Amino acid sequence: MIAEMTYAEASLLALREEMQRDLRVWALGEDLGPEGGLAGQYRGLQTEFGGARICDTPISESMIMAAGVGAALAGTRPVVELRFADFAICAADEIVNQTAKIRYMFNGQTRVPLVIRQAIGMRGGTAAQHSQSMEAWWVHVPGLTVLTPATAADNYGMLKAAIRCDDPVIYLEHKALWGIKGAVDTDAPLVQIGKADKVQRGDDVTIVTWSGMRVECIKAADTLRQRGIAVDLIDLRSLWPWDRDMVMDSVSRTGRLVVAQEAVRVGGFGAEIVAEVSEELWAKLRAPIRRLGAPRCPVPFSMPLEDACRISADMIVKAAVDSVE
Amino acid sequence: MTSREKSAVPPSGLPASAIPLGSNERFLSMLGKMYVIREFEEAAGQEWHAGNIRGSVHQYVGQEAIAVGVCSNLRSDDYISSNHRGHGHSIAKGADPIGMMKELFGREGGTCGGKGGSMHIADFSIGMLGANGVVADGVTIAVGAGHAIKVLKQDRIAVPFFGDGAVNRGPLMESLNWAKIYDLPVLYVCEHNGYAATTRTSDVTAGEGFIARARSFGIEGEEIDGNDIRAVDEVARHLAQRVRGNGPAYIFARTYRHHPHNLRDSGAYRTQDEIDRWKLKDPIKLATSWLLEAGVARAEINAVEGDAKALIARALTAARSAPWPQLSAALENVQDLGAPL
Repeated sequence: MIAEMTYAEASLLALREEMQRDLRVWALGEDLGPEGGLAGQYRGLQTEFGGARICDTPISESMIMAAGVGAALAGTRPVVELRFADFAICAADEIVNQTAKIRYMFNGQTRVPLVIRQAIGMRGGTAAQHSQSMEAWWVHVPGLTVLTPATAADNYGMLKAAIRCDDPVIYLEHKALWGIKGAVDTDAPLVQIGKADKVQRGDDVTIVTWSGMRVECIKAADTLRQRGIAVDLIDLRSLWPWDRDMVMDSVSRTGRLVVAQEAVRVGGFGAEIVAEVSEELWAKLRAPIRRLGAPRCPVPFSMPLEDACRISADMIVKAAVDSVE
Repeated sequence: MTSREKSAVPPSGLPASAIPLGSNERFLSMLGKMYVIREFEEAAGQEWHAGNIRGSVHQYVGQEAIAVGVCSNLRSDDYISSNHRGHGHSIAKGADPIGMMKELFGREGGTCGGKGGSMHIADFSIGMLGANGVVADGVTIAVGAGHAIKVLKQDRIAVPFFGDGAVNRGPLMESLNWAKIYDLPVLYVCEHNGYAATTRTSDVTAGEGFIARARSFGIEGEEIDGNDIRAVDEVARHLAQRVRGNGPAYIFARTYRHHPHNLRDSGAYRTQDEIDRWKLKDPIKLATSWLLEAGVARAEINAVEGDAKALIARALTAARSAPWPQLSAALENVQDLGAPL
């Protein structure tokens, strides 16, 4: 079945189907029941599955996360909703010291099959404590798989893949994407974790991005096409593992790379891509690599100030043109 | 020092216990387990000083009656979690001391293949969900296991062991609220040895500590002499039954560790007088004297002690002769997806 739905609705459908399919799957977090989550991504599930499987919790991030860990060790497959990535830091100890390391420290006696959902990114006016993109923090921690779906179809296919993954998955939904619509093919094979999405093919310059920045990159690619520059646009959608093969193949062909991320540029995941490409493909590069990311400042509230910290399609266009010319 | 803390130091001499002794055979077996823990811990200390064990070792000497008394009343499929001082809990729940000693030596065949060491021993085959290097994190994980028991409609219970140092961590407070609101089958076991690492807990704890905090969340339990194996056994049996299929309860066990926090600290924050007075209340000495009074022959007690010494001697021999892990193990069991290199 192919249906048009929003990014939020796609994840709702994915979770619903996984809960129907596997009785061990349950979700816990704040405001899942009557309110149905921040974007309605849990709407109706408590009525359908009951309060034990769609569990409304107190505002206790450490305990929400630890409950997920303990419950995963005891035979269930929890979906842990932490609302905002900014709040997930309250549970950083449980994520980094426990969730990520238990399989390793205990030598594979057990696994920790759970999904940690945390919304990232700017959606306009949510300021410094509700707007961060923290993906690089989690990618740095061995043991964690890190996903950043950017379309309705991916939010369906990747959430299902995450729930079926036997290792802990950090699942980062972008708040600005919740309302965007797209076609979802519920009969399509699940997204394979670690495979990027080739948004469009071109031979002049490779642009690598993920999450909300995909939208800006598509706009930029359209503008560049009008100027005669063909973009090979890659949405990584999985940051750990990331699709090295697709990126290397692409840059081998184009010899030019622009990496665009919403997160702070310094120490961001884009730096990892750039470093890997320069180490492996330096002889094939035809221009210096361009890396776009936010300035290293907290996200401001006021609209023009916030915009001053965003990577725009225009900036991506300029970087690509500089690379080609 | 609060009046409560003063009362934690026992008067000299052996306290009488009002609790009936029960089966001598059962307590002899528990004494045997306590000896295994004691011998394991003393051997671990010696091997650490000899340079054969690296890292941190936190010995459980003096607290053995709590782990043994509680775990003797658990089923094999019940869960426990532990803290950094976890050897005693693991052995009491049924972990193999030989595998554990290999683990402390960092050798192949260790409980966790040499990848965890002293602070990260787990044995999922016996429901031991792990020792833990972060104070109070074992507690919240056990409460999570309790949550799964409820979701899966099982009749197990989950038992976190933790020290008084954990009482001031926020996640422990979150867990008390959580266990109560969801009515989870969790039996909290607070081992109050008086010190949070090297700081006297009463100096850094407002109010009346763990019991007051548990009660403020509507969780009831029992305060016991944690050095009295009969008291621990009796209360653990009663509370494990009550918790099974029902909501949480706690055991608050007063005890004392004979050794410093770990093998690196000076121990200078405690007086010799305090240590000596508590050693008069050594749980093994107390249990031995009660068993003798109850008519158990000295030879039987010597036999369980001898068995424990022999077992730990075998564990040391096995650990010393075990090979180092294959180097490839360093990169195994990180996660299925994504190469570590």
